[in-house]
Amino acid sequence: MTGDSAEVVTFDNVGLRYGTDREILSDISFTLHPGGFYFLTGASGAGKTSMLKLLYLAQRPSRGAIRMFGTDVITLPRDRLPAFRRRLGVVFQDFRLVPHLSAFDNVALPLRVSGVRESELRKPVSDMLDWVGLTHRAEARPATLSGGEQQRVAIARAVIGRPDMLVADEPTGNVDPDMALKLLRLFEALNRLGTTVVVATHDVHLLRKVPDSLIMRLDKGRLSDPTGALRFPPRREPPRVQALA
Amino acid sequence: MKRPPVLARAVARSLVPFGGERAAALVPHARLAGPMPWVIAIMVALTVIAGAGGLALSNLAHTARSELSGAATVQVVEPLKVERDRQTRAAEAALSGLPEVASLRVVPDDELNALLDPWLGSEGDEAVPVPALIDVELRGPANAERLTALRRALGPVAPAARVDAQSSWLGPVFTAISSLQWLAIALVVLLALTSAAAVWLAARSALGGNRGTIEIVHLLGGTDAQIARIFQRSVGFDAAAGGAVGLALGMAAVLVLGRQFAALGSGMVAGGGLAAIDWVLIAAIPLVGVVIAMFTARLTVLGALRRML
Ligand SMILES: Nc1ncnc2c1ncn2[C@@H]1O[C@H](COP(=O)(O)OP(=O)(O)OP(=O)(O)O)[C@@H](O)[C@H]1O
Ligand SMILES: [Mg+2]
Repeated sequence: MTGDSAEVVTFDNVGLRYGTDREILSDISFTLHPGGFYFLTGASGAGKTSMLKLLYLAQRPSRGAIRMFGTDVITLPRDRLPAFRRRLGVVFQDFRLVPHLSAFDNVALPLRVSGVRESELRKPVSDMLDWVGLTHRAEARPATLSGGEQQRVAIARAVIGRPDMLVADEPTGNVDPDMALKLLRLFEALNRLGTTVVVATHDVHLLRKVPDSLIMRLDKGRLSDPTGALRFPPRREPPRVQALA
Repeated sequence: MKRPPVLARAVARSLVPFGGERAAALVPHARLAGPMPWVIAIMVALTVIAGAGGLALSNLAHTARSELSGAATVQVVEPLKVERDRQTRAAEAALSGLPEVASLRVVPDDELNALLDPWLGSEGDEAVPVPALIDVELRGPANAERLTALRRALGPVAPAARVDAQSSWLGPVFTAISSLQWLAIALVVLLALTSAAAVWLAARSALGGNRGTIEIVHLLGGTDAQIARIFQRSVGFDAAAGGAVGLALGMAAVLVLGRQFAALGSGMVAGGGLAAIDWVLIAAIPLVGVVIAMFTARLTVLGALRRML
């Protein structure tokens, strides 16, 4: 399934408009490589969430081509897409937890969708809840969790299946700096195991915490790459993250 | 810092279908909490009652027709009692020899008088001349051919005899019964359509609150078939529960009504009982409800999913 192993995702001249409005994203071209750690920054309304929606296959672009794991996902029939979605972990900006499931069941959901047996998922889900500090809230419904707790459940759910690519939209927006750092460590640990990580954030402090990260910047729907992240092939020299902040 | 937990990749990903108890737990909203099972229960109960009524009426019409269509009445219309009795006996003798006649019975004067008393009063049997009556049961329906054979046999021996098919004077009754039957059929069809629509709407609204869940499972890589199956199962379960309650209520009503009609003791109504096949048809009503509900759930979920990428 993984065709060209040198790329996880390639956007080629992608544009996106909602309805008949002006383009929200224009001329977006880049390649994400296996094991890369990417930050996507930009002002509020710049189009970060829109671009991540294209990445996690919730939205079709209005033009351009997107290849994922070596396959053109734009022309792919709908029924082939679930197999791709199962290789992704997504932290939605609005969490999207299932309201009537407990924290435990929400985290277990991707594993259950993938058909993992109950006996095999108990421990990993418990361990993950422990890591994000929610063991005592495992049986709580999302509505009874604080914003930060909901966010941690959403993150646990995104990483539990050990995805090939993790897409996180403002994953630290609702947590205190210590927890933000701890969650970042989780992403890094996953990244070291080979997962490509894409984190959208406007928290510039976060960028400095991951020294090997590459930065993509969205400005009014257009992409620039202060760290040379988007080059073909990308430069893997130490990125100049510091200069940005 | 402690190493974060990670899962073996082989465990994390497979394309085994998502099902069973856990999958069903995804949609507790649709579980008996909402109005759907009750809507289905009421519609099934009403359909069962109307259906049972229609079937009973149809059975009644059928029995009455087959009982009466093979019968004829011979009246000897003769004012002189002596002559009337003579012709009646002659007619009886002539008829009993005919191949068309299965059996016959001269209605005794007592019985006739008892029938007529309420109208004519009992002050003297000869006050008003009453025709003699012979009930004839034919071998086969009372068609023109058989009636002609009867008339031809009676002509020479009993000139005062008049032959009528009983069905001819029961004509208005048959017309009434068959109108009622059509009415029942129309009612059942209307109720079935309304029920189908109610079940459709109830299933749709039960899913309405789960649109978010559908989208989340979709984005986590659930296939359309997987997601449709989860909701279909849940809605089917609800519909089955509602259907069972509705069937029980409807059956109870039908049995009570049936007992009350049976207590009337009329021969006509006794013919309106329900046969085994009718009960099977009635029991199928909630099944049809479940099928409609599951079909709706499937179409609704697949429709919602098709609007997503
Ligand atoms: N479904 C939609 N229909 C129409 N316009 C939309 C839709 N979603 C987003 N937009 C518009 O697209 C633009 C980019 O939105 P997007 O959510 O991608 O921004 P963002 O960079 O994620 O912002 P934030 O940092 O506030 O989350 C905005 O102007 C927004 O109004
Ligand atoms: Mg956003």
